Formats: sequence, C-alpha cells, structure tokens
Amino acid sequence: MMRAGRPAMRFRPPPLGEFLRPHRVVMLLILLGIVAWCALNLRWHWLPRYSDLALQGLWRTIWLLALSCFLGFLLAVPLGLAQAVGPRVLAVPARAFCTVIRGTPLLLQLWLIYFGLGSLFPQYPWIRESELWPYLREAWPYALLALTISFAGYEGEVMRGAFKSVPRGQLEAARAMGMPRLTLFRRVWLPQAVQRALPTLGGETVLQLKGTPLVATITVVDIYAVTARVRQDTFIIYEPLLLLTVVYLMIAGLIVLFFRWLEGRIPQRLG
Amino acid sequence: MIDALIEALGLGRTVELLALSPPGWGGNLLRGLVASIQIALGAFAMGLVIGLFGAWGKLYGGPVTRDLLAVYTTVVRAVPELVLILILYYAGTDLLNRALMAVGYGRVELSGVVAGIGVLGIVQGAYATEVLRGAIQAVPAGQVEAGRAFGMPALMLMRRIVLPAMLPFAIPGLANLWLIATKDTALLAVVGFAELTLETRQAAAATRHYFTFFLAAGALYLTVTLISARLFGRLERWARRGEPDVAGAR
Repeated sequence: MMRAGRPAMRFRPPPLGEFLRPHRVVMLLILLGIVAWCALNLRWHWLPRYSDLALQGLWRTIWLLALSCFLGFLLAVPLGLAQAVGPRVLAVPARAFCTVIRGTPLLLQLWLIYFGLGSLFPQYPWIRESELWPYLREAWPYALLALTISFAGYEGEVMRGAFKSVPRGQLEAARAMGMPRLTLFRRVWLPQAVQRALPTLGGETVLQLKGTPLVATITVVDIYAVTARVRQDTFIIYEPLLLLTVVYLMIAGLIVLFFRWLEGRIPQRLG
Repeated sequence: MIDALIEALGLGRTVELLALSPPGWGGNLLRGLVASIQIALGAFAMGLVIGLFGAWGKLYGGPVTRDLLAVYTTVVRAVPELVLILILYYAGTDLLNRALMAVGYGRVELSGVVAGIGVLGIVQGAYATEVLRGAIQAVPAGQVEAGRAFGMPALMLMRRIVLPAMLPFAIPGLANLWLIATKDTALLAVVGFAELTLETRQAAAATRHYFTFFLAAGALYLTVTLISARLFGRLERWARRGEPDVAGAR
C-alpha cells in the first residue's frame, strides 16, 4: 500500500495507567483466558516433532525478508533517482518498470521467474556447466530474485517522491560550497530522502513480510510451508495456523519497533 | 498485413497458443480474468461496507468498540493474506457447517467465489476502515456540526454531508485498495480456485510455454490496473468538482 509519509513524530508510549483502563483490563483477561483455553484444549503434541523444521523455516523467512529488502532498496535508489531527475532515456524505463511490477500480482511474477527461467536455463549447456548451476537448480534464488524485484518496484516509487521532496535549497547550498556531485548525493541528498521515506519504508517492509509465504508455492520451505506440511501430515488444521498467525504478528511487531528505533535515531527538525 | 507482421516477428506460435477457441488457451485465460474481476468487485464492495461501519465505530464508537476495531485492523494488516485466506476458508466452512448441522441441515461446500469474496472482503475491510477513517476525519468539523444544528438524523447527515465531503480524500486510498483487491485475487490460486493466475499456470504447464502465458496474464492484469487508474482519476475529478482550483498544489 502506498501511503503518504505520516508526519515524523517521535514515538512515546503512553503511561501504563492511561493504557490500563477498566475495559482494557477486562479485555486482556478475556485474551488470557482464550490463550489458556487454546493451550489446554487444542492439540499441540505435534509441536516437538516439528520444532526443528519450524525454526529452520522461520530463519529462512527472516533472511529472505531481510536480504530481499536490502537488495531491493539498493535497486530502488537508482530507480527513484532516474524517475525524479533522470533524463527521459532513464526515467521512462524506470517508470515502466515500477508500473509493471506494481500492476501485476507478486504470485504471477514469482511463477514467471521460477517456471519461466527455470525451464529456460537447462536448455543452455554453458549455464548447466557453470559454477552457478547447483544454486540455479534450487528454488530459493528465484524466490529471492522475485521478492527483490517486487520490493524494488514499490520502493522505486517511494524513493522518487522522497528524492523530489528534499528542499532545493539544500542541494543548492551544497553545490555552492563546491561539493562534488557524488559527495552531495552521499552526504545531503540520500540521507534526507531516506529520512523522509522511513515511515513509508517501515510499512512497505511489513507488506513484504506478507508476501514471503508465497515462496512456499515454489517449494521453498519457509515457516508457512512448514505449517502446510504439518497440516498434510497430521490433518490438524487450526493449531498450526494459529501459531503461524502469532509468529507473523510478532515479526511484524518487531519490524515496526525496528523502524521506530531507526526513526528515533535520526535527529530531525523538520519545518 | 497483420498476418505478415506476425510472421515477420515470429509470433505465429504465440498467436496459436493464445487463440480463443479450444486448441488455444486464450478463452481459459479470459474466463479466469472474469472470475478474478468478479471476486475483486465483490471483495471491494464488501470491504467498503465493512470499512464504512469500521470507520464509524472507530470515530464515534465507545471505548470497547474502538479497541476491538483496533485489534481487527492491526491483526489483518500484519498477518499475510495467504494465512488469513486459509484460516477463514477452513474456519468459515467449518463454522457454517456446524451451524447448519445444529439447525438440522446437511453439510454444504462453500463455492470458491463466495469463499474468495468473503475472505478478501474481510481483508479489504481492515484497510478500508483506515482509509475511510482518515477521510472522514479530514471533513471540516464545522460542516458536520452545521448539519447537526439543522437537526439532521445521523443517517441523513452521513448521506448528505459526510459521504460527499469525504469522497475526494478517500478516493486515492480506495483506488489503491481496488488495485490491491485485483492483485490479491491471485492468492486464491493457492487454495485451488480457478482465477486468472491458476488458469495461466495450468495452460503454461500443459503446453510448457511458461513465458508466453505468464506474460500474457501479466498484460491482462496490467490492462485492468491501467484502466482502473484512469477511471479512478476521472472519479476523483468528479468528486472534486466545485472545489476551487489551487494553483501550484500537488
């Protein structure tokens, strides 16, 4: 989802007394009751047997998310720059790329890359004989590629707005001081653009997290795929899905907290 | 002329594969597209209704309503749609069947369309709640107070003042939601519902022409996106009619 960056505000948790109003205490008690009921009455006997697999899946989800966000952001910077100030030769393809990525479902992109490239590569002997072939036979490089491209497409659009929103005077001042263009970009333009984009980037990272379970459809065993396997093996439906929901809620919470911490670290005095 | 062009570009095989009649798979793709759009429309409409009530509850409801709605929007926006689809699909069918058994009817199988609309509608509802809440908040308080001062009942106030006044603020967000709805229908492919993405995969797997079909489906999705963007742009201009033109505003 694209949202205009909300005004940069330092997050201050409300005092505990204000949070714990009577109805909230009751609601928390009901929540505790539900959790206790779930823990006691639902079937959790499969948990120890699958715990190793689940931890591996969780780790795979997390590094897929982190790596694809990192690489995608690296791609998004030139994409945003090209759209914001680039010459037409660069701006038009960059805009077309962002439109196509944002206009088609991630699942379709994933399957195009996995099944399409996956069926194309073996036709060329030099690819099969290359050092990369053992990796290209696995599914995760395709998953990583698809997630990275998708993130780059969405973030290219965000960075376009961010680059444009840096006040012109800042750049002019830097130029007047005789800063070389690369230094200007590194010291003035990029940091301010990232600072403005940070609240949006946090939300986009949560959206990227919500895209990761799709990789299970191309045989990457992430945390979602593990619960699917539990369901197939044991015919237990609700318990793995409940646990999965809690896991995703926790990861999303951690992402939000991380970005709040990041935003809090940047000293800012926006007019 | 066109035939010669197709031959020159070496697209003869592609045209054959995408032909509308049975040896080609174009008809299947279009049927999938229709199913996708049906579900997207249904889910979007359901999301709007949920969002309207949700926004109303978040703004004017009591503390319990507000907290419950906060839980709803937070959970739905943090948990992957795929997981929600599975939960709601299984739990929905299960609960419905238990209810039907209790009343004395037999089991039913939820049709893919109904289940898809229900699940995606609940997801859309959470996002729509936030979009509409922001839009309603952007309506100047004086306008609502003026309506109240004239003794308008709540429903008339909503119909005559709040809804038209918030529309310009809501439309960009709603346009985004509609695009998300069309793209989220692809997720139903994972639970085996024959919408565009699944039809495409089946066609691709049967003919082993993966690029042709996935690119064709991508073009279809993109067409829907671009046409909707145009329509929503027009809708926004209509909603903003009569607003003073602010020169230089972005």
